[in-house]
Amino acid sequence: MRETTGAKSFRIATIAILSIFTIVPIWVMVISGLKPLKDVQGAFSWWPKTLTIQPYIDMWQTVPLGNYFVNSVIVSSVATVLSLIIAIFASYAISRYNFRGRSVFSTTVLSTQMLPGVLFLLPLFLIFVNINTNFGVQLVGTRTGLIITYLTFSLPFSIWMLAGYFDGIPRELDEAAKVDGCGPMRALITVILPTARPGLVAVAIYSFMTSWGEVLFASVMTTDANRTLAVGLQLYSTQTNVYWNQIMAASVVVSIPIVIGFLLLQKNFVAGLTAGAVK
Amino acid sequence: MSATTTTRKSGAADKAARGGKRKTRKAGWWLPYALLAPAVVFELVIHVIPMATGIWMSFLKLTKMYISNWGNAPVTGLKNYQIALDFNSAIGAGLLKSFLITAAFTILVVGISWGLGMAAAVALQKSFFGRGFFRTLFLIPYALPMYAGVIAWKFMLQKDNGAINHFFFDNLGLPGARPFWLIGDNAFWAVVIVAIWRLWPFAFLMLMAGLQSIPNDVYEASAVDGAKPLRQWSSITLPMLRPVNMVLLLVMFLWTFNDFNTPFVLFGGSQPPAGDLISFHIYNASFLTWNFGSGAAMSVLLLLFLLIVSGIYLLFMNRRKDRA
Repeated sequence: MRETTGAKSFRIATIAILSIFTIVPIWVMVISGLKPLKDVQGAFSWWPKTLTIQPYIDMWQTVPLGNYFVNSVIVSSVATVLSLIIAIFASYAISRYNFRGRSVFSTTVLSTQMLPGVLFLLPLFLIFVNINTNFGVQLVGTRTGLIITYLTFSLPFSIWMLAGYFDGIPRELDEAAKVDGCGPMRALITVILPTARPGLVAVAIYSFMTSWGEVLFASVMTTDANRTLAVGLQLYSTQTNVYWNQIMAASVVVSIPIVIGFLLLQKNFVAGLTAGAVK
Repeated sequence: MSATTTTRKSGAADKAARGGKRKTRKAGWWLPYALLAPAVVFELVIHVIPMATGIWMSFLKLTKMYISNWGNAPVTGLKNYQIALDFNSAIGAGLLKSFLITAAFTILVVGISWGLGMAAAVALQKSFFGRGFFRTLFLIPYALPMYAGVIAWKFMLQKDNGAINHFFFDNLGLPGARPFWLIGDNAFWAVVIVAIWRLWPFAFLMLMAGLQSIPNDVYEASAVDGAKPLRQWSSITLPMLRPVNMVLLLVMFLWTFNDFNTPFVLFGGSQPPAGDLISFHIYNASFLTWNFGSGAAMSVLLLLFLLIVSGIYLLFMNRRKDRA
């Protein structure tokens, strides 16, 4: 099919404009991280006058970035794994069983997506404090508190997406396995999970990104002991100097793992979305 | 989504017919509940109970004096709501202004993000050399941790050492003084642009996934009939993407209206009045004045508003679908 001139110019213009819009902040981030401090304090330049990797060395000292990094990695990974396991079980129940309360559960879980974070931020904080006084489990200022909060944040969308994905897997597959003597759990593990891999990857990416990028609860629930990158990265500007070059270098470093992971697995993510959400 | 429900319902009918003869519970009836239990527990602890507590708090006089011993805070009934909705008082007027700013912000951000996402998805619909590259490039802002992208924008929007003013005043040589972008009225446009930069790749991703389900023959057939690209877009692409758009627009609306992170990271502690989005406003109203009862009432009002808008939207969309 031949493309008309109008369509072609639309395509070129769209791609050009959106590429510039997308690239400029990324470019600013990358080059500013390679400039000495006085160059980022003076007038901006699109190309560094002096190239230095010093900000990438200094940024670990200005704030304890290493600790924040470790906290973020632990919190996000554990929350992702737990959220994935819980979502698998819940989605399996929703997709394969008919039971009382199923639609109530699905509706309630999805409608939590609508909640303004500020509505339950403080109550949750107070509940955590009360759990500590009554049961002695420290949740504020610990990674555990963040993990259970974040895993729950990603649950609704994960369950919805996975249940949609499981629905797309023919029931005959697991029925056949059950006829062969598999219990429901064996059928889930040996038949459904291998088939649902793109969906599982999509959900895992989504959960990890949710935890890695969360700011509001991190700003209230963290102390020096469990501070994550989301809050830690902002501390470069509370020092007497605003170390823009180090902030940009740190931004690059915290972005690289997640961007690479996302881009490598984006095909799975799109496939998971198509099956789950786009229906 | 509705398609899923129907298949599930028909599946349910089969099962009921099969199991209907036996009155006693089937062996293993508890299994689905056991499978759901962990999800239910976490949803209760993190979402449902705090939400109920938040609603209850909105009826209390929960000021600084009572916060350490909030069980003793006196019940004030609807007082917090009256204050929040009294638009002649400073608190009510502030909330109303913040609501209007957020409404304008949401319309602009969701509308433009959807437009850009649609344009990009259509532009990358046919395969050409380099398509994979641009698809990957456009998804980067979505993959970036949200705070990293917003901090980069914050640096670009600085008055003296930022890239934006450098571009307009040094590169293009515009006359006049360099404006502040994060203070004053410009702050509104700053937060709009940053939010669009964050959001449009998501629209692109969803629409791109939706476009994959439209078979190419439809376009070829319509091209034989002489349909121009714009016509093809309005009479094939748009109707076929309806189910995607229905979910996409609602989700983007809810996220954007509730957006706390963008203004929080962009403005930090000093929120300019023009960029006073509602979540950020309530957060500041609660934590700066330590009046959590009033903050909770404002959050409940926000939730009610979102519920009503979503309800009307879904009703309207479903009715249109039934008619079509």
